[in-house]
Amino acid sequence: MRELATEQMNTSSPAISLILRGVRPYGEGDPVDVLIRDGVIAGIGGITEEADVVEGNGAVLLPGFVDLHTHLREPGREDTETIATGSAAAALGGYTAVFAMANTNPVADNEVVVQHVARRGREVGLVDVHPVGAVTVGLEGVKLAELGTMAKAGVRVFSDDGHCVHDPLIMRRALEYSRALGVVVAQHAEEPRLTVGAQAHEGEQASRLGLQGWPAAAEESIVARDCLLALHAGARLHVCHVSTTGTADVLRWAKARGTEVSAEVTPHHLLLTDDRLGTYDPVNKVNPPLRTAADVKVLREALAEGVIDCVATDHAPHAVQDKDCEWSAARPGMLGLQTALSIVVETMVNTGLLDWRGVARVMSERPAEIAGLPDQGRPIEVGEPANLTLVDPDASWTVRGAAFASIAANTPFEGMELPGAVVATLLRGRVTAVGGRIPA
Amino acid sequence: MKHLLTTEGIDPAQATAILDTAANLKQSLEGREVRKLPTLRGRTVITMFYENSTRTRVSFEIAGKWMSADVVNVSSSGSSVSKGESLRDTALTLAAAGADCVIVRHPASGAAHRLAGWLREAGTSVVNAGDGMHEHPTQALLDAATLRERLGDLRDRRIAIVGDVLHSRVARSNVHLLTALGADVTLVAPPTLLPTGVESWPVTVSHELDAELPSQDAVMLLRVQAERMHGGFFPSAREYSIAYGLSENRLKLLPEHAVVLHPGPMLRGMEIASAVADSPRAAITDQVRNGVHVRMAVLYHLLAHEEETP
Repeated sequence: MRELATEQMNTSSPAISLILRGVRPYGEGDPVDVLIRDGVIAGIGGITEEADVVEGNGAVLLPGFVDLHTHLREPGREDTETIATGSAAAALGGYTAVFAMANTNPVADNEVVVQHVARRGREVGLVDVHPVGAVTVGLEGVKLAELGTMAKAGVRVFSDDGHCVHDPLIMRRALEYSRALGVVVAQHAEEPRLTVGAQAHEGEQASRLGLQGWPAAAEESIVARDCLLALHAGARLHVCHVSTTGTADVLRWAKARGTEVSAEVTPHHLLLTDDRLGTYDPVNKVNPPLRTAADVKVLREALAEGVIDCVATDHAPHAVQDKDCEWSAARPGMLGLQTALSIVVETMVNTGLLDWRGVARVMSERPAEIAGLPDQGRPIEVGEPANLTLVDPDASWTVRGAAFASIAANTPFEGMELPGAVVATLLRGRVTAVGGRIPA
Repeated sequence: MKHLLTTEGIDPAQATAILDTAANLKQSLEGREVRKLPTLRGRTVITMFYENSTRTRVSFEIAGKWMSADVVNVSSSGSSVSKGESLRDTALTLAAAGADCVIVRHPASGAAHRLAGWLREAGTSVVNAGDGMHEHPTQALLDAATLRERLGDLRDRRIAIVGDVLHSRVARSNVHLLTALGADVTLVAPPTLLPTGVESWPVTVSHELDAELPSQDAVMLLRVQAERMHGGFFPSAREYSIAYGLSENRLKLLPEHAVVLHPGPMLRGMEIASAVADSPRAAITDQVRNGVHVRMAVLYHLLAHEEETP
C-alpha cells in the first residue's frame, strides 16, 4: 500500500541546498530564512549557509497543497489535458500532490491503468500524482472493481466520480471491503433517479431558464444514506464536492454521532452561484451544479468550522467543442488547479473566515490525512519533507484561461481579478514552479 | 429590435407595437386575392428546425413568403445536421450563405441565445421558435393577438394557464408577455407540473380548476405530452382529465365572454373535450391564423424596421 509513495520518494533525490529568504511560515511572525537540504527542511532562521535563494519578500509559507479531486484526462482525452500539462498546472497552483480521478478511458478500475498513471506522474515529476481507483468495474455501479489489487499497487482513494455508487448494497460492500485495505471511498453523491436529464440547480433560475432541475435533495439523500452505511460498516467515507446547505447539515449531524466521514468543497462552489446561468454559456455548467448564494454562504462557514474538511478542485478540463455549444450538449466541469488558492483567499481569507493556518489545514493537512499521505501536509518544522508552497497574499492577477498550463481553457473565472498568487512550489526540496513558470 | 429570443423583460410598448403591426397586416391582407407584400424582397430567412413541428414551421414560412422574403427551410434530417455538425457550425454556415434572419427551434433550452451570440459578428437576426422548456415568444405573441381581438385591452384581464407548466415553453413566454401587458395570470396545475420556485413568478398559483374558472376572461390549455403521461407526474390520463380537462360541464363555469385557447396540437378528450374545442368560445383556429400575421410583424420589426424601434 505504501509502495507508490516510497517509489516517488526515491525518484527525486535533490542534493542541492536552497534558501527561502524572508518568508513567514503560516503568515505568522517576522520573515525568516528557511534552509532546504536533501529534500527536507534543514533550518528555520539563523541560516548562515550559502545556497541558491528564492526571494520571499515576506510571502506566506505553507505546506504544499494536496488536491483530492483532479481530472488529468490521461489516458483517453489527451486533447484536453495530459499528466504532463495537468502536473504543470498543479505545480503552478501550489500543489505538491494530486489525486487523478478514475474516469479516464480506459477507466482506472484495474492495476494496469493505475500503475500507468502513477508512472507517468513520476516521469513528469512536477507533483505527486496519485491515481484514484474506480469503486466499480467501468464506473457502472454494478460490480466491485479489484480494490485490493489496486490498493496493493498504491491506490489510497477509490471513487466512481462522475457517477454515484447509487446501489446501496454495492456502496455498503465497498465501504466494508475498504476497511481491510486502509483506503477511503470517495462518493460523488447524486441520486440518479432524481437527476435524470438534470442541467442546473433546481430552483428559481433553472425554472426561469427552462433547464431540467438538479435538486439539492439528490445530493443530500445520498450523503445521509452513505453516512448511515459508513457508521454501520465501521468504515471511512469521503464526500466529494459538497454543494448544498442540506449536505452541510447532514455532515454536521453525522460527525456528531461519530461517523468517520470527511468532505470536500470546490473553489467554484465557494464563489459562484446559479445567477450566472442566464447567458446559457456552458462554461458555468458543472456537476454538482452551481447553487444559490445562501448555499455559498453555508459552505464557506462549514469549511471554516471544519464540518467540511478541505478544498478540492474537481479540476475538469474540456475541449472547446464540448463547451462552446448549447447548454444541454455541453460537458460539465471547470478548470481549477491554477485558481483554487486565489479563490480560497477571496472567499475565506479576505472574508476573515480562515487565517493562513486555516488555509494550510483545508488545502494541505486535512486532504493529506484523509488520503493517508505520510509526507504531505506536514508541519513546517526542521526535519520535515520540503513539500512547500510560497504565497504572495498581496498580489492580484486577472484570470486568462488561455494562459493556463492546461491544454483546455474552460474557466468560469475568465477576466476576474483575484487576490493572492503562488510565488513558488517545492516538491521534496525541488522547485517545481516559481514566478508563474515551471523551471527548465 | 435585433433578435426575438424571449418575452422576459419585454418592453410593453415594443410588444404592443408588434401586435399593432400584426393587426394592421391582417386587416390589409384580408380579402385580398394576392396576399403578398413587397416589404422583405431580397431578404433571406432561414428556418432551422431541430424538432418536429408542422404548424410553427409552416406559419413562419408563410409569413416570410407573404412578406416576399426568400425563405429556406433546414430540418435536422436531410442536412449536415444529421451528419453530426454542431449547431454553431451549422449557424455560421447559414449566416455565411447569406441569411439575414435565422428562425430556430431546438430541444435545448437557450439554443437561440447561444445562436445569437455566435452570429453577433455576422449580424444575423435570430428568432426563437421554441427552445427546450424555455420559451416560445411568437406563440405568446399570437396568443396575445388573439386575446386582444376577443377581449380588447388585456390590462387587468384574468387569464388562466392550465396544465403542464413545468415543461412548457408556451407557458413561460405567456407569463412574461401577458403580465407585461397588464393581465392577471393564474397557473392551474397539479404540484408535480409546476416549476420549483413558481412562488416568485408574478402569477397566482392554483391546483383547483373549478375554483378559478368563474373569474377568468380566458383559459389557455397546455398540451399534455405523451412522455409526461408515463413519467409519474400524475397517476393516469383519466385522473388528469377529471381534474384539469376542460369538459363541456366545466365550460359552463366560465363567464359568457371568456375565450378558450390551446397552442395545439390538441389531445381531444384529455385536456379539452371535443365539443369545447369546436365551440365558438374556442379561438384555436384564430390562433393559427394570427400566428402568420404575428410572425410577419416580427420579421418586419427585425428586418425592415430597426431604426424606428427602441
